[in-house]
Amino acid sequence: MIKFLLRGLLRDRHRSLLPFLVTLIGVMLTVVFHAWMTGVIGNSIEFSARFASGHVKVMTRAYSENAAQAPNDLALIGTDTLTAGLSERWPEMEFAGRIHFAGIIDAPDSLGETREQGPAMGFGIDLLSGNMAEAERMNIPSSLRSGRLPERKNEVLISRLFADKLGVVPGDVITLVGSSMYGELAMHNFTVSGTVDFGTTALDRGTVIADIGDVRDALNMEDAAGEILGFFRTGVYDAERASAICEEFNRAYNTPDDEFSPLMTSLSQDKTMGFLVEYSGKLQAILVALFIMAMSLILWNAGLLGGLRRYSEFGMRLAIGESKGHVYRTMMMESLLIGFFGSAAGVAFGMIISLFLQNHGIDLGVMMKNASVMMPSVFRAHITPATWYVGFIPGLISSQIGSMLSGIGIYKRQTAQLFKELEQ
Amino acid sequence: MEDGKVISIEGLKKHFPMGSGRFTALNGIDLAFGEGEFTGIIGPSGSGKTTLLNIIGTLDNPSEGRAVILGHSVSELTPAESASLRKTQLGFIFQTYNLFQVHTVYENVEFPLLLQGIANNRRRQMVLDALEWVGLTDKINSRPAQLSGGESQRVAIARAMVKRPAVVLADEPTANLDAANSHNILQTMEKLNRELKTTFLFATHDEKVIGYVRRKIWLADGMVARDELIEKN
Ligand SMILES: Nc1ncnc2c1ncn2[C@@H]1O[C@H](COP(=O)(O)OP(=O)(O)OP(=O)(O)O)[C@@H](O)[C@H]1O
Ligand SMILES: [Mg+2]
Repeated sequence: MIKFLLRGLLRDRHRSLLPFLVTLIGVMLTVVFHAWMTGVIGNSIEFSARFASGHVKVMTRAYSENAAQAPNDLALIGTDTLTAGLSERWPEMEFAGRIHFAGIIDAPDSLGETREQGPAMGFGIDLLSGNMAEAERMNIPSSLRSGRLPERKNEVLISRLFADKLGVVPGDVITLVGSSMYGELAMHNFTVSGTVDFGTTALDRGTVIADIGDVRDALNMEDAAGEILGFFRTGVYDAERASAICEEFNRAYNTPDDEFSPLMTSLSQDKTMGFLVEYSGKLQAILVALFIMAMSLILWNAGLLGGLRRYSEFGMRLAIGESKGHVYRTMMMESLLIGFFGSAAGVAFGMIISLFLQNHGIDLGVMMKNASVMMPSVFRAHITPATWYVGFIPGLISSQIGSMLSGIGIYKRQTAQLFKELEQ
Repeated sequence: MEDGKVISIEGLKKHFPMGSGRFTALNGIDLAFGEGEFTGIIGPSGSGKTTLLNIIGTLDNPSEGRAVILGHSVSELTPAESASLRKTQLGFIFQTYNLFQVHTVYENVEFPLLLQGIANNRRRQMVLDALEWVGLTDKINSRPAQLSGGESQRVAIARAMVKRPAVVLADEPTANLDAANSHNILQTMEKLNRELKTTFLFATHDEKVIGYVRRKIWLADGMVARDELIEKN
């Protein structure tokens, strides 16, 4: 009997190939979409964490309220002790102070007169301590286009577009004109050690990156930093743990009435990132639900069409003495089989594509040329354990639902009626 | 079985819902069929032939009255019981053959035995015997699409007969066949009827079929108009 059904399944392409292909394509798309979305969301979160928000971030409340303006007059002080304390208390995280600053970069000619100048956004990060963690985090080694990383005091990296605009090359001296922590005019000379290209318009337009020590000197920010970022050593953001750490830190360090006392926030508290973090958790559920619905509908209709073609067969099998329940169950078995192989093939193809997208990534930089948001330009898919079943199980379920729905019609019909319909 | 009858029908009515009212397709049928009958149910289109055969074949239920098949009252059978009765005792032949298109001649004839769970060796012998009865041993591996109409109907006969049922119900079996093929399959069925004592009931208005049957029952407007025994030897 099983052989009889298998033969029918293999010989009748409408019975097997069509639903097989539908399942395959649906599962494949789901797998690729899942890996891609997980990757894109992860890339965006990671990018934002590395460049802006950290997994957790300590600022004064006053600073955080105006963070976009890099108000260094509201910066944290005593950050060396604070950073050390944080690292001791939460060894699972790595902490590093950063200074954001805004100013004018002035490129002088040989006589010291202004040749070109332009507005700049600056990062003061740890570059000279010998610990490369911060440089790696900001992708600096791989973003270097010319020259080298700063190795001595008062060396600076400058984004390539900006360097071209100013007409400076590694070795040239540039002057930062900014405001000190106390609101006074601050001027400081840096030597360009290299140029970088992040591939992100928001960063490439006008960025300078210097060692945090030099920036402190330049802006008179002794033992101060705009923010201290914390990163999980695992490299993976853990929303629950992060919020627990924040709570614990704020209980110990934050005085609610004092707007200059340190306040820790997590990545999830950032509006956009918080949405993405939450969304990425729900993504799977949404995807699976959509998939099952769409695929069930398609397979239901494919099953109905297939079922219509098989009225004569079903009617005859009933007349020969097969029970309706048995006919129905064999239909379900057939679709389980097709669903299994279709889903397996879909996972296989989907994984191959996802793997390719994970290893190679897609450069969407062109599309975001003028985007002012800080987003990575190259996105990569990311395969997680869920990628394996997010398509497979729904593939099975929807092929079952599909044939269940289409089978009901046959189940409900009077046997005699099946023949009537096929006589016409 | 009542009075040694294979089938007995009393006061059988069948109504179909139609619009707000109902349509009476069978309007009080009393009939009995014995073992080994070769009977034609004859009548114009719409007279109720198919409806009667469907009820005898347990594919449909009476609205009123009784139809007792091999000792079982059709209206009292559960779906499982009627399926089991069809599986072992009833064979069907249709105008449109209704062969399983993706299966070979052999597999088509084998199916009723698979359903009964008959063991391999015995099953094979029974299938070959049945194909021999209808003269198709050389077409064992053909698919229905490769067969002529006459050959297809012979496969259908083999499939109906392979389990040696007590009753075969044939609804317009010759309607799609030419004269030569019609005579051929009628002779085949007549031979099986004599050798195996199988009861054959035909629903037909084909003169050729009427020429073979030994009992003619005329239906008109859902009632028996005439019931005539033909003496043959
Ligand atoms: N399911 C149904 N619903 C409504 N009316 C039906 C149904 N089945 C049969 N009828 C009606 O019952 C009457 C008898 O139908 P039946 O199929 O038994 O006729 P028949 O003698 O087999 O005719 P034919 O020679 O055309 O096959 C017809 O008028 C038909 O329209
Ligand atoms: Mg009819």
